[in-house]
Amino acid sequence: MRDVAIIGVGLTKFGELWDKSFRQLTAEAGSKAIFDAGIEGKEIDAMYVGSMSSGRFVGQEHVGALVADASGFSHLHIPSTRVEGASASGGLAVREGYLSIASGLNDIVVVGGIEKMNDVGGNAAIETLVTAADQEWEAFFGVTFPGIYAMIATKHMHDYGTTKEQLAQVAVKNHANGALNPYAQYQREIKIEHVLNATTVAYPLGLLDCSPLTDGAASIVLCAADKAKEYSNKPVKIIASGQASDTLSLHGRRDICTLDSTVNAAKKAYKQANLSPKDIDLAEVHDCYTIAEICAIEDLGFIEKGQGGKAIENKITTLDGSLPVNTSGGLKSKGHPIGATGVAQIVEIALQLRKEADKRQVKDAKIGLAQNVGGSGATCCVHIMEAM
Amino acid sequence: MENIGIVSYGANIPRFRIKVEDIASVWGKDGLSISKGLGIKEKSVPSVDQDTATISVEAARSALNRCSINPKEIGAIYIGSESHPYAVKPTGTIVGEAIGATPDLMVADYEFACKAGTAGIQTCTALVKGDFIKYGLAIGADTSQAAPGDALEFSASAGGGAFLIGKDNVIATINHTCSFTTDTPDFWRRAERKYPSHGERFTGAPAFFKHITKCATNIMKIAGSKPEDYDYAIFHQPNGKFPIKVAKILGFSYDQIKQGLLVPYIGNTYSGATMIGLASTLDVAKPGDRIFLTSYGSGAGSDGFDITVTDKIEDLKREKAPTVAQLVEDKEYIDYGTYAKYTDLLYWE
Amino acid sequence: MEDGGVARFWREIPQRYNIIGNKCGSCNNIYFPPREACPFCRRKSIGKMQELKLCGKGEIVTYTIIHDAPRNFKEQVPYPIAIIKLEEGPKLTAQIVDCNINDVKIGMKVISTFRRIQEDGYTGAIYYGYKFKPLE
Repeated sequence: MRDVAIIGVGLTKFGELWDKSFRQLTAEAGSKAIFDAGIEGKEIDAMYVGSMSSGRFVGQEHVGALVADASGFSHLHIPSTRVEGASASGGLAVREGYLSIASGLNDIVVVGGIEKMNDVGGNAAIETLVTAADQEWEAFFGVTFPGIYAMIATKHMHDYGTTKEQLAQVAVKNHANGALNPYAQYQREIKIEHVLNATTVAYPLGLLDCSPLTDGAASIVLCAADKAKEYSNKPVKIIASGQASDTLSLHGRRDICTLDSTVNAAKKAYKQANLSPKDIDLAEVHDCYTIAEICAIEDLGFIEKGQGGKAIENKITTLDGSLPVNTSGGLKSKGHPIGATGVAQIVEIALQLRKEADKRQVKDAKIGLAQNVGGSGATCCVHIMEAM
Repeated sequence: MENIGIVSYGANIPRFRIKVEDIASVWGKDGLSISKGLGIKEKSVPSVDQDTATISVEAARSALNRCSINPKEIGAIYIGSESHPYAVKPTGTIVGEAIGATPDLMVADYEFACKAGTAGIQTCTALVKGDFIKYGLAIGADTSQAAPGDALEFSASAGGGAFLIGKDNVIATINHTCSFTTDTPDFWRRAERKYPSHGERFTGAPAFFKHITKCATNIMKIAGSKPEDYDYAIFHQPNGKFPIKVAKILGFSYDQIKQGLLVPYIGNTYSGATMIGLASTLDVAKPGDRIFLTSYGSGAGSDGFDITVTDKIEDLKREKAPTVAQLVEDKEYIDYGTYAKYTDLLYWE
Repeated sequence: MEDGGVARFWREIPQRYNIIGNKCGSCNNIYFPPREACPFCRRKSIGKMQELKLCGKGEIVTYTIIHDAPRNFKEQVPYPIAIIKLEEGPKLTAQIVDCNINDVKIGMKVISTFRRIQEDGYTGAIYYGYKFKPLE
């Protein structure tokens, strides 16, 4: 297996982007990444696109072909594949791109993630989000996607004493980080009281415990590591890629408060990179809801199970902490265009390792980890990166 | 008749209640005097997730929990209601599937205003008598509709009763049954309409009273009986006054009818009314008790029954399902706004 | 979900009406909904999975109260949804009814009840199934 590096990154602003269509967002992120990589287009061996539900959001399937077309590559007949794993679609697209180079088949691959969620109304959005869960045995009976994570929160609070304040701290921290990110959907700080007093969405989660509906696209260019320096003077190596699955429904899991898919994907990644959790300098984790970040840092091995609620008050995962988490603002503040998220996480880590994270820069960041989850934990992929 | 009759029974009443006074105050009326005049304190209200099918299933499951028959031996199910969830697609098949009685099963839904359930009892009795089926299940259940602001809004409620009819382990024999039927338009609902209409005071003498008294008199003639021969009497109960009045006319006492008189506490459950009244009676009946029942359905007709409780009632595990008294007491009050939401008064599409 | 797409809901009537799962004839593990094969016994379980009606009694493992609901459930807001562990072992997700939402607790004993779950709009089919209420 060959080593793979990231030679270019690009993303659109995330937000309610009424003026931008699915195709426009795709083209914008893709062209920024290609430009950043210093390639033209003819070098591209393949494209992988992560999009969870283009069919339900914009009535369009077959987006692998669409993205190649919108990017102006149809005349080059570049193979282009859409990858789907609910909210892990982006991370899985990165992995597929990575595997195609690691295996020796391709040399240069463009990976994109895209979701355009605001072309449908709120009711359709609620119903589409929950297709990441078990339609027959969860959604059918009236649970919503935030409701499923809320059930994880209730159990975490019951078993470990995690409090609503500790959940709220995650949102506050991520907004503080997002305020420093020019691409973030929300670039303003919030206070704990705002989070605690927000409208309840699914007890114990309120509006500000939940990531928003977002339009956006992100893109990276991958290259065989031994050729990377031909294109980029600041390539970032992907030193590990791990993926795992688990039951689709939350009720089928071994432990409600543990995403075994994260535990397993991370284990594989740590093994491949020959690292352990304490070697990670910063991480982008999948905070679709505040409780998800708490579980993520436990399941990635950064914090003991059950203690995740204390990570912020103990200054572990804050921007100035020992292991900053979600310097981008996370899904909460940066936004969560579902298919784009997994790729955007990789972009943030790459920027950090390239020392281009500006006001969010983590000093001495050498090794970064991105954790992307599908549904309530039925899919997880973990990537570890290192500056070359 | 051979020993054909009720083998088991069950009832179901939704938990929500709204007081007559609370309905009256919305329409600017004197709730206390209306409540007194109607003889109704409060009525049951189905939640959005309850309907005639769910009430029927719960009542049927209660009946099955009390005895030990194999549901596959039920050969027919007749559900009588004016509020079947579908105008076309029977409630009976939903119940049949839910209790495990399918597929060797006769099913059809009945409608005859408030007496559709007792019509089902007659049919099951005949099928058992003719040896066509081993057991039959007759259910009367409704989530009756009433136009907002109409007089019926104070009484139209939700509930149902289920009766398993057979020849084996009969807890109450159906000694005699007959009906009195005429074409009398006292109360009706046109096919595409949401709420019923009625002939106001016409619903009294030429409708309710005429049919019940004629049917009751006929039954007593057939049975060779007198009112004093019965321990319990159950009459249809559109409000708290009519059944008391008709009992008096026929020579029954208040004491005989009070066990089967539920309308003051739950309203008029339409096809469920006499069924729940009978279930309430069987909750307390002893071997040898004789029960008189005359239902009434607008349109119009009455079904009469002469029933005797057998020794086998002591073997029935009555405690395995809630009694009518327990169902009446298990309640939660709601206000008119919530009532409007649950009964679809706020439908606008 | 649109009119006409009724087959998927009809197929699962035994599960939704009567909580019918199955049991592996090899290791006796019980599954709901029923599985084609036992995940642990795999090949050994083919042809040995036995239909089993679960008793409908269980205990709440965790829950939430839904405030922001999908279209078909808006009239019931706020309503509790719980993960319930049935006596026989399997867990499922269902709405809790007949109970004050403040009384819903982890560990609460519940029993299934037959209710209307949702419908395909005013003209579509009605889907019935299980909800759970407190077991006295």
